Amino acid sequence: MSRNGPLALIFHTIFVIVMVAPILVVCLVAFTPEGFLSLPTNGFSLRWFRTIAQYPEFIHAFWVSLGLGALSSFVALLFAVPAALAIARYRFRGRDALAALFLSPLMIPHVVLGIAFLRFFTSAGLGGSFAALIIAHVIIVFPFALRLTLAAATGMDRTVEMAAVSLGAGGWTLFRRVTLPLILPGVISGWALAFIQSFDDLTMTVFLAAPGTETLPVRMFLYIQDNIDPLVTSVSACVIAVTMTALILLDRFYGLDRVLAGKGDTGR
Amino acid sequence: MSAVAEERNTRAPWALTGPALMLFVGVLLVPLAMTVMLSFHDWGQYKGIEPVFILKNWKEIATDPYYAEMFWRTFRIAILTTLLTALLGAPEAYILNRMSGRWKSFFLLVILGPLLISVVARTLGWALLFGGNNGLVNKLLMSAGAIRFPIPFMFTETGMVVALAHVMMPFMVLSVWAALQRLDPQIENAAMSLGAGPLTIIRRIIMPQIMPGVLSGAIIVFSLSASAFATPAIIGGRRLKVAATLAYDEFLNTLNWPLGAAVATLLLVALVLIVVGSNALIERRYAEVFR
Repeated sequence: MSRNGPLALIFHTIFVIVMVAPILVVCLVAFTPEGFLSLPTNGFSLRWFRTIAQYPEFIHAFWVSLGLGALSSFVALLFAVPAALAIARYRFRGRDALAALFLSPLMIPHVVLGIAFLRFFTSAGLGGSFAALIIAHVIIVFPFALRLTLAAATGMDRTVEMAAVSLGAGGWTLFRRVTLPLILPGVISGWALAFIQSFDDLTMTVFLAAPGTETLPVRMFLYIQDNIDPLVTSVSACVIAVTMTALILLDRFYGLDRVLAGKGDTGR
Repeated sequence: MSAVAEERNTRAPWALTGPALMLFVGVLLVPLAMTVMLSFHDWGQYKGIEPVFILKNWKEIATDPYYAEMFWRTFRIAILTTLLTALLGAPEAYILNRMSGRWKSFFLLVILGPLLISVVARTLGWALLFGGNNGLVNKLLMSAGAIRFPIPFMFTETGMVVALAHVMMPFMVLSVWAALQRLDPQIENAAMSLGAGPLTIIRRIIMPQIMPGVLSGAIIVFSLSASAFATPAIIGGRRLKVAATLAYDEFLNTLNWPLGAAVATLLLVALVLIVVGSNALIERRYAEVFR
């Protein structure tokens, strides 16, 4: 295998630095001891992390985001697992169209989805409610839940199921004791990826959130629009930490390259 | 119940997909149809939304040069972002692919990881780096002698393109990376044994084979950039509007929902046409690669 030349390695180094720099600078500024935006050159301080405690709207938004992400990803899986099993196992008329419909939230700009949901939920009398946020998030995370469950269901060894059937298992028992445990790594990874997508979404949620149901990205965005100070960097650092935790979980359970490679295909 | 019998069963797949299908029809297709309808409704400062069928909003978008300029800016930013990600992302994917196992997976994680980190946090990072006229980026570029005067990044299209390119870069690297995985390394060796230099190999052997990957990455990056919201809103500020931020303003500040719905519908239709059209073009042009 041929190696990269020095020029290629210089390009690569600059590329990686530029990719990491914005994230790194947010995390560094979060530790500044000063009262203004600056890199922590005079030692590290946690003062801006402590300041978060004085802003209950950030704390509340964090819990909203966490609950919304966990719940909407779970509900999405309730719909996605049976759908994935059907798409993986049966060849039926309309199968391709169904799969395309289920993946379509990836193709529709989130700003359009936000507007459509705002219009829909307002006329349904659910405007600004947590229930509306859950339903909307179920739709946008559905493709991620479906994709990973589908991959697991397609790659599953069916002979184990057949053995269970021959031993008299059927219906619910078959699903709960045999099928579900076999596809569980895919299901859990699907949940984690769906959670991250829900936890990070701004563009759609900004249309639906009302005071009281604002998620963390929405709260941060509205705050940044007024002014940028070290407080918002320490909040961002916390968000990055949560995402990193989910990322590491995802990597352990499933392999991050597989998750992301699946995601990259979506545009085709 | 054997597997064969199971696959002949025609009712089971619909029973399994039924709940999801109903969810999607009820909570996705209906709201989208309602939005298209909304774009034909009337609106007034005092009377609010009137459910009539008129072309007022569409006429306004078609005749007022403000909207033409805004859509042109949106697509100009998306095109420049796409070019930047292709020019930098494709070589990086190639370099990444030539690395040895351990480093390869480490750097792949470093480059693709940001994909899952909040766009607000990533854009905030750029706002900090740009930070007025004496931000870190300008200081670095000036001390390196690349520029003599600071470039204004905040509240400019330049800044939007740089920050958007960073946000979208993982999609391009991923797409080219996938194309490189399909490539047979022996072809490169064969070219080398026939006396081709490294530049010739890249131009004649690698480029034509990864082009479909670059193009499908470009489609993803373009459509996501053209509909991006967070980055243009934070870097562009309140005056430099793109389609997504304008629609947001119409909905949540001006409260002219029908006009906002028309902008969103136009964006959706334009993007679907561009994506479907270029997909078809690529598949025809590179049919042999996809086979």
